[in-house]
Amino acid sequence: MADAETKKKTEAGETRGAGATGGGTGTASSGGGSGGSSSGRGSSGPQDLDAIAKAREEWERKVSESARVRDALFSTISGQEVKPLYTPEDTRDLDYLEDLGFPGEFPYTRGVRHNMYRGRLWTMRQFSGFGTAEDSNARYKFLLKHGQTGLSVAFDMPTIMGYDSDHLRAEGEVGVCGVAIDSLHDMEVLFDGIPLDKVSTSMTINAPAAILLALYICVGEKQGVSSKDLRGTIQNDLLKEYIAQKSWIFPPKPSMRIITDIMEYCAEDVPKWNTISISGYHIREAGSTALQELAFTLADGFAYVEAGIEAGMDVDAFAPRLSFFFNSHMDFFEEIAKFRAARRIWAKDMKEKYGAKDPRSWLLRFHTQTAGCSLTAQQPFNNIVRTALEALAGVMGGTQSLHTNSMDETLALPSEEAVHVALRTQQVIAHESGVPNVIDPLGGSYYVEALTDEMEEGCREYFRKIDELGGVIPAIEKGFFQRDIAKAAFTYQRELEEKKRIIVGVNDLVDEGEEVKIDLLRIGPEVEKRQREVVAKVKGERDSGAAEKALEGLKAAAEGDDNLMPHFLKCCRAYVTEGEMIGVLREVFGEYREPPTYW
Amino acid sequence: MPERIRVLVAKPGLDGHDRGAKVVASALRDAGMEVIYTGLHQTPEMIVNAAVQEDVDVVAMSILSGAHMTMFPRVMELLKEKGLDDVVVTGGGIIPKEDMDKLVSMGVDRLFGPGTDTREIAEYVREAVARKRGDR
Repeated sequence: MADAETKKKTEAGETRGAGATGGGTGTASSGGGSGGSSSGRGSSGPQDLDAIAKAREEWERKVSESARVRDALFSTISGQEVKPLYTPEDTRDLDYLEDLGFPGEFPYTRGVRHNMYRGRLWTMRQFSGFGTAEDSNARYKFLLKHGQTGLSVAFDMPTIMGYDSDHLRAEGEVGVCGVAIDSLHDMEVLFDGIPLDKVSTSMTINAPAAILLALYICVGEKQGVSSKDLRGTIQNDLLKEYIAQKSWIFPPKPSMRIITDIMEYCAEDVPKWNTISISGYHIREAGSTALQELAFTLADGFAYVEAGIEAGMDVDAFAPRLSFFFNSHMDFFEEIAKFRAARRIWAKDMKEKYGAKDPRSWLLRFHTQTAGCSLTAQQPFNNIVRTALEALAGVMGGTQSLHTNSMDETLALPSEEAVHVALRTQQVIAHESGVPNVIDPLGGSYYVEALTDEMEEGCREYFRKIDELGGVIPAIEKGFFQRDIAKAAFTYQRELEEKKRIIVGVNDLVDEGEEVKIDLLRIGPEVEKRQREVVAKVKGERDSGAAEKALEGLKAAAEGDDNLMPHFLKCCRAYVTEGEMIGVLREVFGEYREPPTYW
Repeated sequence: MPERIRVLVAKPGLDGHDRGAKVVASALRDAGMEVIYTGLHQTPEMIVNAAVQEDVDVVAMSILSGAHMTMFPRVMELLKEKGLDDVVVTGGGIIPKEDMDKLVSMGVDRLFGPGTDTREIAEYVREAVARKRGDR
C-alpha cells in the first residue's frame, strides 16, 4: 500500500502516519545485529519469507482482479490506515525475547504480572460520586455489595477547582457531577462503615490532590488504620489538565512542586499509595487519536520522572508508585496495541534512559475506563454493547483495573440500574468469556504486533517533536498538544458528518422519532443548600485558633520550600476547609490562565 | 450583503470539557461566521460583558457539568439587564430533554445534544439571526 495514498486518506496525516506503513516494521532499538542473527528472526521455523511474499503478491493480484471493495474507510478510528491482511512479513523483524518476552518480565509487552488474570482478576472499579457524602457513601456500599472490589471517587466541580460549597463560583455545581467534599467532616461521612484497610480507593482529583489524600489519611487515623497500610490512587496529573481536561488551579511550576512533595512524602509515609495516575483518558476524550493519547501520556509520565529526579530523589524511590490511566475506545485492535506498546516503551525508557534499577520502576500498571465519548444519546441501549467491546479490549490489553461506563451517561449521571448493568458487563467478561484464562491472547498476531510496533514508532516521533519544543511544559505553553487534539477532534467530527464513519443510531440506522425513555438521576438544589449548612456548622464548631494556626503554617511553607504534605495534614485535622487551604495557595502561587484558542 | 454573523462561544462554570465548544467554534468559523471564543471557567457576568464588548448576534454556551439550570437563566437575566434582548442564546451539552424544554420556555432559543451535526447548528444560527434581524 503506497505511502502517498495513506497520506491522502488520513486528513490529519502529519500527526498520524508517522512511520506507519513503509517496508519493515522493525522496532527501533533491536538493531545492531547483522542480518539473520541467532535471536530467532528468520529461524523460527520452516517459514520462507520470500515464498510468502510471492504467494501474497499472487493473492493480491487475484483480489484486485475480482474482489469487490465496499465504499468505506479502511483505517482505524484514529485514522491509521490498515492493510486488508497481515502476514509473517509484517512481523519479520520481531525478536520474541527482546520485543515481547514473557509476562512479568522485561519489557512487559505481554503483561506486568507473571500469572496475570489466572492469579487475580483485574480490580472492578466503578467511578462514582454525587450529591452529598451520605448519598455517595450509600452508592459505594451498593457497589461493594454487588461485588465491586475497589472504590473510585468522583468529586464535584467546586471540589475539583478548590472552592467550598458556599463559594459564589460553586453556585449550581455543588454535588452535581460528583460528591461535594469541603472538610474532614465530609470525608468521614463518605467512608463511614468502609474500613480503609480493606478497600483500595482511587480519587479523581488533581490540583487539590494533596488535600484529598491528607483527608483520606486523617479518616484512616480515625479508624485506627496506619497511613502505611492505605492503598489507593490520587490522579494528581496536572500536565494532562493543561493539555486536555482543563481543571487546573495553579501555574505549572507550583503544580509540579506540589506533585514532587507528594511523591517524596508518600515514599516514606504512604508507601502503598499510587501518587500519580498519569492519564491518557482525558486526552482521548478531548478528541485525540489513540497514538496521541499514548504519546502525550507517556511524555507526561517521563516529565514527572524528570521532575522527581531534579527534586533530588532516587528514581527507584518514587517510580514504582507511578501508575497510568488509559481510555479504551471502539477500535478493538488499535486499543490492544496501544496498551502493549505503552508497557514496552515505559519499561525500555525507564531502564535505559532514566537508569531505574528496581524492576517495579519499569512496570506500567494501568487503569482503564471505556470511552465516554464513544457513547451516544441516541438509542442508549446500544451503549451497553459498545462498552462491552471496549472493556474486552482493556482486558485483552492486560489492564489492572477497569471502569465500565453506564449506558445513560450522555444523558445525565448514571442511574443505579445502568451502573448495575455496567458492572455486570465486566463480570460476564471475567467469568463467562474464557478470555482471562490465557495471557495476552493476541500476542503473535501479525496484525496486533505490527500495530504495536507502529504505535511505538509513532510515539518516538512525537517524543522528538516535544523535545524540539523544549519539553512538555514549554509545549503546553505553546499550545502544541491543545492544537493537535482540537484538530483531531474536528477531523473526526467531519468524518462523521460526511458519513465516512458510521455511528449506529447517530448518522445512520437512525430510529426516526425516537424518544428516549430512561430514568435519570437528578441532583436537586437542596444538595447545595444542605452542603452550605454543613460548611457553616463545621466552621462554627471547630477550634478556630488551631485552624488559623494550621493555615498560617501552610502559607509559610508554601512561601518557602518545606514539604507541604505535613501542613495539609495539620490543616485537615483542624477542620480547615479545602477552599480555605486552596485560597491561601492561590495567594502564594497565583492562578493559571490559558490563552483561549480553539485552533 | 448582510452583515457577517458574530458568535460568542462560551464555556460557563467550572467545567473544563471544551471539545464540543471548540468543534462548534471551528465549524461556525468554517461556515463563514465571526467566532469569538471566551476560553474556560467563565462566570455569567464575564460572558455577558464579552457579548456586549464584542457586539455579538449569538451567545452559544457549552455545558457538560450539569450546571445548565443555573448558568443559562443567569446569562439570560444579565443580557436583559444590559438591554441585549435581541441576542440569540443557544447552546449544548449534557442537558436532559425536560431541562431543554424548560430553558426554551425561559427564552433560550434552542439547545443541542450529543451527536448533533455541526452543519445543522450553522444552518440554525443563520436562520435564528435572520429571524432576529428581521424583528428589529
